[in-house]
Amino acid sequence: MTENPRAPRITATSRRNMLFGTAAAGAALFAAGCTSNESNDGKEDEAGSANVADDKPGKKVTIGFAGPQADHGWLNAITTQAKNRAKKYKDVTLESTEGSNDNAQQIGQVETLINKKVDVLVILPADGKALTQVGLKAMRAGIPVVNLDRIFDSQQAYRCWIGGDNYGMGLNAGHYIGEQLKDKKNAKVVELAGIDNLELTRQRSKGFDDALKNYPNIKKVARQSAEFTVESGQAKMAQLLRAQTKFDALWNHDDDQGVGAERAIKQAGRDEFLMVGGAGSKRVMEAIKKDDGVIKATVLYPPTMAASAIDLARALGQGKGVSGMAEFEIPASLTLYSAVVTKENVDEYLPIGFT
Amino acid sequence: MKPPNGQAPRDAVPVAEAAAPVSPPGGGSGPEQSGQQNGRRKMKLAGGRLDVRHLSLLGVLIALAIVGAATKPDEFLSTDNLQLILTQASVIGVVTVGVTFVIIGGGIDLSVGAIVALASVWATTVATQDYGLTGMLLCSVLVGVGCGLVNGLLIAYGPMVPFIATLAMLASARGLALQISDGKTQVVNVESVLDLGVPSSYVLGIPPIVLVFAFVGVVGWLVLNRTTFGRRTVAVGGNPEASRLAGIAVKRQRLLLYLLSGLCCGIAAFMLIILTGSGQNTNGNLYELDAIAAAIIGGTLLSGGRGTILGSVLGVLVFTTITNLFALNNLQSDVQQIAKGAIIVAAVLVQKGRSTP
Repeated sequence: MTENPRAPRITATSRRNMLFGTAAAGAALFAAGCTSNESNDGKEDEAGSANVADDKPGKKVTIGFAGPQADHGWLNAITTQAKNRAKKYKDVTLESTEGSNDNAQQIGQVETLINKKVDVLVILPADGKALTQVGLKAMRAGIPVVNLDRIFDSQQAYRCWIGGDNYGMGLNAGHYIGEQLKDKKNAKVVELAGIDNLELTRQRSKGFDDALKNYPNIKKVARQSAEFTVESGQAKMAQLLRAQTKFDALWNHDDDQGVGAERAIKQAGRDEFLMVGGAGSKRVMEAIKKDDGVIKATVLYPPTMAASAIDLARALGQGKGVSGMAEFEIPASLTLYSAVVTKENVDEYLPIGFT
Repeated sequence: MKPPNGQAPRDAVPVAEAAAPVSPPGGGSGPEQSGQQNGRRKMKLAGGRLDVRHLSLLGVLIALAIVGAATKPDEFLSTDNLQLILTQASVIGVVTVGVTFVIIGGGIDLSVGAIVALASVWATTVATQDYGLTGMLLCSVLVGVGCGLVNGLLIAYGPMVPFIATLAMLASARGLALQISDGKTQVVNVESVLDLGVPSSYVLGIPPIVLVFAFVGVVGWLVLNRTTFGRRTVAVGGNPEASRLAGIAVKRQRLLLYLLSGLCCGIAAFMLIILTGSGQNTNGNLYELDAIAAAIIGGTLLSGGRGTILGSVLGVLVFTTITNLFALNNLQSDVQQIAKGAIIVAAVLVQKGRSTP
């Protein structure tokens, strides 16, 4: 709290720098725009593209990347997506730290990146709240932060937030199941949630419940939380199947724990219901494509957000905006859409399914 | 009497058994003494009679069954549910048998969960899966025994206390599991392995992994109660100095105990592979605590020298039944964890009340 009075001033300084950059870029665009108006339309496009990020090599940018330990399929995909996207750009150097689930350790890793004076930081915190202070520290040191997925407590701690929509994930899963069962009387739905003490699990469950409220014929009869691991998925699903001798639909929050859940379903010899997954693993997408089991859909929580975060960080480092948008600057926050992958559209999403 | 190299002459063993409960010269501290008393008590129990501790645990199980029957009569009281409880108890049950030996022998093994994770990951790599069921089983068991060997050497012949050595193993085995799997879930494609986990392979309705659990439990009981190895374990855990003086190779005994625990982890890892059809570096999460908790409520003394396999197995079944009961009644994991903690405290309190006159 004692640092607070200083915060606005320092942030203001970095804002001023940014504003200056924006003003300069804006002026250039304006000037170019003026000339193009006088001549022809073709030049206007050219002028526009000069100010938004594209694949052409530009100013060299060093991006520091700090994420949690990649001990889960989705987190693993996040790291891979970030690294591959950074490799794509010749002007980007990625300084990536070893992932850690320990808050203190991750704070130390981010501080190391600050000391290395990277140009932009991309941080996926193990715990958003716990890493807010180090985000603030980076911003004060004049390093813009792209906050990936798990959000910091203060908007001052990041320049841009990009992440998935956990509430929307639950909502879309609920609506998909609702539409499938809308003509069925007294339909029963079961939920296999993720780790209960994570905010994202609560949001997913809330979205799911809110969506189901639109379908008065459907009742959620049971919910158990697993731990995003195969083992817990098998154990909890086996119990759910015992507890509910007959139901119509199952939403499983996470495709990784789904490996275990599907195993339990097979062991119980059950197939009277439809199953919807979560996050979007390649294995599940292939199963949806084959359409020979209970799994009919999965709700995306796209790991491509890490690649997009690198794009945003690069644009930030080069003082550019985002192509296809009117803004001179990159946006302050971006929420990705949690699409429902079904047999109809699975081919489109297969390339981003994680293993 | 100081035997060279700690090699115990065979004829010294009965002396060790007699010597174990005797106070060492100079008198022991409080916990040691209670360990000896319990050691003596254990000797009487070696015949396999049920004692109060088991009866109280059986009572808990029966109480849980009554609650289950009252709240969910159709779901709880069915052979399918019994099968489910036993299946879910099997993997942790086998681990607990190994941990019980280590604790009775005066040690502790915090690395069991990590070893299960490492063994399950190592046995499900693409390279290992090429060797089929036998290769995977062999790999899983060898990794378990290997980790147990490292633990045992560090503790018995090295300068490390069990807590530190197995803590180090916990960290590095999990790390290696993460490195090998690269954080990915390794799905098993070997049909013969997958088949062992589905109903078509059940023997008289009993899943193979439950049979393995039963087998390990019976063998564990026999080894502890009917062999010199078992008696030495109790002696070494109750009073290492007296055991040494009586000619037991204390160091070798300790090494063997960690090997045994590692072996159980290897077997459990393969059972987990059968159960989940995959290997993952997050497998066996907090098994060390679950196994120790089950052993403790089963009456095993944390300071060593006392404990039974039957008690540990009952301990595992109590925890698994609670989980089942809560899930059937759709109670969430927070309540389950609170109940688990309360039961550990209650069980230990009951035993304290009974064992101290």
